[in-house]
Formats: sequence, C-alpha cells, structure tokens
Amino acid sequence: MAKVAYYPGCALEGSGGPYDRSTRAIVGALNLQMENLRDYNCCGAMEVKNVHPMLQTYLSARNLAIAAEQMGLDTVMAPCNGCYHNLKKAEYELATSSDSLATVQDLAKKADDPVYNGNVRTVHLLEWLMEEVGVDGIKERISKNLQGIKIANYYGCMYTRPRQIYPEKDKGPGSESTYKPHFMDDLLGAAGAQNVDFPLKTACCGGAHTLSDADTSTQLVLNLLQAAEDCGAEVIATECPTCHSGLEMHQVRAEKVFGIKTNVKIIYFTQLLGLALGLSPRKLGIHENISDSIDFLKQKGVI
Amino acid sequence: MAIHEKSLIDADRLKTAESLVIDGVDVSGHWNTMITPRTLRDYDEHFEKTIMKYGGGDYVYRCWQCGSCTNSCTMYAQNVNFNPRYWIYLTRLGLKDELIKDKDIIWQCVSCNKCTNICPKDVKPEGVMKALAHWMEEEGITEKTPSTKFDEEFWDQISARGRIEDSAVLQNFFKKTGQSLTQDWLVEMIKRMIKHLPLKHLIRSGMNTVFHPKTKSWGKTGDVLKEYVKQQKEAAHG
Repeated sequence: MAKVAYYPGCALEGSGGPYDRSTRAIVGALNLQMENLRDYNCCGAMEVKNVHPMLQTYLSARNLAIAAEQMGLDTVMAPCNGCYHNLKKAEYELATSSDSLATVQDLAKKADDPVYNGNVRTVHLLEWLMEEVGVDGIKERISKNLQGIKIANYYGCMYTRPRQIYPEKDKGPGSESTYKPHFMDDLLGAAGAQNVDFPLKTACCGGAHTLSDADTSTQLVLNLLQAAEDCGAEVIATECPTCHSGLEMHQVRAEKVFGIKTNVKIIYFTQLLGLALGLSPRKLGIHENISDSIDFLKQKGVI
Repeated sequence: MAIHEKSLIDADRLKTAESLVIDGVDVSGHWNTMITPRTLRDYDEHFEKTIMKYGGGDYVYRCWQCGSCTNSCTMYAQNVNFNPRYWIYLTRLGLKDELIKDKDIIWQCVSCNKCTNICPKDVKPEGVMKALAHWMEEEGITEKTPSTKFDEEFWDQISARGRIEDSAVLQNFFKKTGQSLTQDWLVEMIKRMIKHLPLKHLIRSGMNTVFHPKTKSWGKTGDVLKEYVKQQKEAAHG
C-alpha cells in the first residue's frame, strides 16, 4: 500500500472542517497511509484563474512539487473537488504544453520554490478509496449497516468536468465515468445504503457565485434539493466542501428568503462511511454540519 | 467589407402584413412574418483578436457554431437570454454593440464547465465568458462585477499569505459589496451552525480570524507571481 500526500486545502481548514475530520477518521479506521502535504498553499479555487490563468496553474504545480521533491511521494490525494480539479488541470496543462511547463519552472526558480518535474499524480479521495479498499474491502469492514437510508449521491461539476483533464476516467469497467459517476454510489452501497437514481449527480450548485450571485445559486441548489426529494432520497451525500456548504447555506436561504422549505439532509459521504465503520458521530464532525441530521440518524439506528 | 446579416432578429425588422391572401389561402398575421435583412458596417474586425488576448479567450476562433455550449449551459436553463453560442458568434464578427446589450448577464457564468466538457472544437466557452466580462470591465462598459470583487479578494489573500481564510473572504466580500452581515438568512444559518457545535471548534474558528492561516515557505512567491501577471497584462494590452 502506497502512502499519499494529503492535501486538505483551505476549505477543509475552515468551513469544511467536518469533511477534514471525517476523512482523517475513516483513513485511520481503514489503516490507510497518508501524510499531510507540507506547508501547502491555496490552489486558487475557482477565482484566481480569472485574475490570470497561469496563477492557478502555478499554485497547483507548487503543491505537486512539494509532494514530489520535498516529500518523495508520487501521489497527492485531495478530498475537495476544487483542489482536485485544479491539480488535475495543472497536471494536464503541464504535460501537454511545454511553454506552460517552462513558465512554471522559471517562476519556481525565481521564487525559490520546489520545481515541478511531472513525476507526481493527483487522485480524489473517492478514487483513492476505490483503489486501496474497494467495494469488497468496505463490505468486509462495516460494523453498522446503513440499510434503509435512501441516498442521492451528488458529485457536482469539478469532479468530472471538463473530461479532457481526466484521461484516466471513462476507461470501462472499474474506472470512473465522467457522464454518470458512481464511485460514491459504489462505496455507500457497499456500506448498505440504498442509492436512489438521481439525475442531477453532476448538475451545478452555483458554487462559483454562491455569494456574488446568491439568487441564482439558491435556484440551482433548490433544483438539486427538490429533485433529490422527488427521487425519494432522505439524504444528499456530498464529496466536495464547496458543494456541501452551498447546499447547506442555500437550503437555509431558500427557506428564509423565499419561504421554500426542504427536508433532505446534507451529509458528507465520509461521515456516512465513518458511521458504517462504527466511528462516533462526534469524531466524524456530524454535530458541526449546519444541516441537522442527528435525530434522523438516531431514528435510522446508525447513531 | 460589409456583413450581410439576417440572423440577429430585432423587433423593428419583423415585417408582418395584417391581411394577405395567396392563391386563395389566408396567411394574414404571423403566418407571413418576414425578417428584413440588414447590412452592417459598424463592426470591429479586430475584436476577436482582442478577446483572444484575455485569459480564457484564446480559442474563440475555433468555434463552428454547433450550439452545444448553449444547449448544455446551466445559466441558459435559468434565463434563455444567456446564450454562449450567440456571444461567441458576435465576438467573431466583432459586433460589440450587440454584445453590450447583454452586459448585465454575461458575468453570471457559474463555471460549471458543461460547455467546455462538450465542445467538439475545444473552444473552452467558459473561458470566453470570463474574457468577455473582463473586457467589459476594462473598457468601463460595466462596473466591476461582484464576481470580480470576489476573485480579487481571493487573490489579495493568496498573494499575501499563500492561503485564504474563508470567513475573512466572506466578511470582506460583504463589506466590499455593501451587504449586511445581519441578513435574516445568514443569522439563521449561523444559529444552525452553532446548535450542536463543540466549544473547541468555535474557539478554533475564532482564532483563525485573528491568526490567519499562512504558508510559511511563501517567501517571495506572491511578489514573483504579481510581477508576472503585471508583465503579461502589459504585453497583451499595452
């Protein structure tokens, strides 16, 4: 089993704290090996590329170079879709454009930063879990079945789009699909959950404009919440801190500003998986979610 | 060269005969609506090149107008006037006046990348939307949009410290756009946030707002990147 560099990113240090805690908890429970990416910088999220695209490429290349050159690791694992997307985009751009690579290496030398040489890859937490543990591995380790919990798995935009930067996806059985992703469905299904057929798996929550165009985001989030409820879901499982916060925030905003109330719970997939592995809700940060699922989970007998 | 153009349909170019009978068939009203063609001379033949110099607009020239971008667009489903294919068409022809009619909505692109994902010519339409919004701001056609203010707040924090602190981004953004931090829904969200929150987490988020997270080895990286962006913008736009 290979050790990976764990890149939590800024969101998991702040509002996405419960995702960070539940990620660390399940990684411990599954005996997987990871080490924090040393003194990392922000990936620039969805904002910095609008100031200049090279900034986003450089910020990600710097993180990848820290893992490869300073830690001697060949894989960076990111649970946040934004970080994951940016690292993958840099990986793709620097593998396909020698001009970009030269610029990045030149900037690194000027700034006394580690120099990116390309010998490192990025995986999402979902991909890493499928690679190291897989469906059978989860089945062997669950101590509390998630039976009877109806889940809509929501992957958002950045995990699969644009497909060009994810050449390892869409490779048939066993690989992830950009059109209809399923790794989260697979893992939670293995833990006993009942996945509903959810057509908006990769629809947009408006995360890029969650504050700057709040009405649009509320509308987009309501589409997701209402569609999930119409599909019979009690829970929307998330794998991105921006999507998760957006769903929680605009669920409240829809209720308070537009008087439209929805009841579906919003829970990180790591929290659900952690419960199945027998971890305590506090250790998984379930108490810190804005979407209050404590009574629901008690009623389902998983806490 | 003048452009003979008939696909941009203005209300004043729709011609309808109130009563018209052809071969004994009554085709009065909208059955006989015609669109008057027009000849345009006030286009900017360098405009496509201008947009290609803005970050994200590099590949606009590849477009063959299939419409997949608009068809897949998240914002088009919210508002049919949000039409990336049409804006790319206008950009390539250099019809700035027509583009400016949509100046208040182009910035609303949510970067979901459905267009870039599906585009058969790798135009990267999402980037073109950003390039157009930036061009409008730099030309003074629009004010700085909330989205740009948010981008700048992000970059300010990263160039200074290597990282961002999300509650500070939020507070500064509300301040810069003149919004209240005591809006009903924000207050309700914070109430729900702290309902079950263990005290130590509350203390930690408080500490984060005083002692901002920082990349210790950031050194001169922020300055090197700022200098790079400055040079690039000067080279592109003079």
